[in-house]
Amino acid sequence: MPHGTFARFIWPSFLAMILFIALPIASVAIQSFFVEHEQVMREVENCGPFKCTKVLQVDTEASRALKEEAPLGKFNGLGTYTNRGHLAFSELGEIWASSASFADFIVGLYNLPFYKALFFTVTYTFVVTPFVLIFGLLIALGVNRLPGITRGPTIFASLLPMIVTPLIGGLILFWMVDADGILGATLQIIFDDPDLSLKASAPLTWIMLIVYGIWHSTPFAFVVFYAGLQTVPQDTIEAAKIDGASRFQQVRYVVVPYMTPLLVFVVLMQLMDNFRVLEPIVAFSAEAKARSLSWIIMNDLMGQDKLFGSAAATSMMTIIGVGILLTPVLIKTWRDFNRKVV
Amino acid sequence: MSAAASRSPRLLNWFTVSMIVFWLMIAIGPFVWTVWGSFKVQGDFFSKADWRNAIYGVFTLAETGSTFTGNGYYGAWIQEGFWRNVLNSGVVVIFTVIISLTLGTLGGYALARSGYRYAFWLLIAALVFRAMPHITLVSGYLLPFFEWNLWGRLTTTIMVLVAINQPFTLWMLHSFFLNIPKDMDESAMVDGCTRFQAFRHVIIPVMWPGVITTGLFSFLLAYNDFAITSMLLSSENQTMVPKIASFLTQVREQGNVMFAVSAVVSAIVPLFFLVLFFQRQIVSGLTAGAVKG
Repeated sequence: MPHGTFARFIWPSFLAMILFIALPIASVAIQSFFVEHEQVMREVENCGPFKCTKVLQVDTEASRALKEEAPLGKFNGLGTYTNRGHLAFSELGEIWASSASFADFIVGLYNLPFYKALFFTVTYTFVVTPFVLIFGLLIALGVNRLPGITRGPTIFASLLPMIVTPLIGGLILFWMVDADGILGATLQIIFDDPDLSLKASAPLTWIMLIVYGIWHSTPFAFVVFYAGLQTVPQDTIEAAKIDGASRFQQVRYVVVPYMTPLLVFVVLMQLMDNFRVLEPIVAFSAEAKARSLSWIIMNDLMGQDKLFGSAAATSMMTIIGVGILLTPVLIKTWRDFNRKVV
Repeated sequence: MSAAASRSPRLLNWFTVSMIVFWLMIAIGPFVWTVWGSFKVQGDFFSKADWRNAIYGVFTLAETGSTFTGNGYYGAWIQEGFWRNVLNSGVVVIFTVIISLTLGTLGGYALARSGYRYAFWLLIAALVFRAMPHITLVSGYLLPFFEWNLWGRLTTTIMVLVAINQPFTLWMLHSFFLNIPKDMDESAMVDGCTRFQAFRHVIIPVMWPGVITTGLFSFLLAYNDFAITSMLLSSENQTMVPKIASFLTQVREQGNVMFAVSAVVSAIVPLFFLVLFFQRQIVSGLTAGAVKG
């Protein structure tokens, strides 16, 4: 297709992506170097019946004028990145100097908001993803053995946790594990502890969110693997059987290698989607015990005083995190492409 | 040997069936439970004393005189004005799907037919864009949108959702168009059509299966979105999902959990029918990206 025709076909889509994805990333990068204006203070004399006192007051008029003049705030360089709410270099140094062991250092690190969110996000991503792969494959293998007539309804039911809005799926589970809900109350009876609440302890909250993540994403892996299973050549499996492979060996050495491209695809999608985890934390009201990078960005933007600079700095570091996750895939694609061209 | 061979599959079958049944209970059980419970009063929905109350509706009978009640739905839809959010969701979803499919088919077709290097790089850029967490983009939008007075409007949100949808739409339609033989539009062009006429008269009539599948996923993205809609819409323009989120804070103050439960069930119903009617397309769409990519 000639360049001109190509351009005529692609420009609306291209423009949309430039305007609403590429430019916002640039805008985030710029915002992250600025910080909100401090309030303009003015000394006011406050005279009572006996004496006069001098009080500092916020000059709202001047503050607003300043904000209108420079909505970005004032230039802060990398200051936002290194402050306590983000990479916290100086606090990091203190914790390193004062902690006796490496475990101490980790505990100290965990008390800093950015690292706390990073811990949770990375843990969530790298715990949910393998479980999703394993459960997805098991269910796909299981459904593949079912008689044909029951497969359709099974797939229908299996799709629901993935299709339903994440916030809504999270809420449904949250109401069930509530101390008064059916699962929460059952757990209290099982563990014989009437005060047991999944919301009260940090490890239980983490487990709850991770279980939600697995529940939500397993259908995706299942459907992709199930479709992949339909294309595995039966001859190869027959040959493996004749050579005396057990069922497990057939799966391990024939089916799984055959589905490696699908596996890579699912891992890639899962890493991208789990790294942005946000809705379950809102649905489970888990922010006291578990915060993700997305959640702290949202929190900065939600308040009365919007902390654009702080949100932008966290966003930039999140984008760098996504970049690190994607690098292996991009390198592989680049190699494949060059091989194809040469 | 023969005994072991015949016993093993039976054990395996038993294991398979119980695993699938267990999975189905986990997958669909919470929905059944919540839909059933949404017709009860709060005392039954959170029935700590005896879980069977939630099934038989003991408190519901005592409080309303019947074992089923629509009070939660009345409260959510009428009292809290949830119908307005449903309308907003409808507007946002319909326009997002139509616009993203229009842009996506044009772009996807061009990407599928261009043999140049930059088409490949565009697809890779789209993949990177697809990976961006939506909330990071929101932090880029908010300040300019406030400055230019674009914040809070449905049109802005639709445009943003369309753009965020584009990477996925392009990938998907690109792989669908690769499946349509090149010869078809090229022979039309040999007969004197321009590229656009070939697209209009040859490709458009055969592209619908792919477009419908892609449209389903655009629908889901717009319908399920939380990060964008909750941050970019003013309270009177809110769609369903952010409204449900704001029910939650309200519930903590006033104790009308059943409003939120009913709203949640109302929002699930369209998705349920979507899966019911388009199961095949959803499955093929999920795998299309995988097999091609």
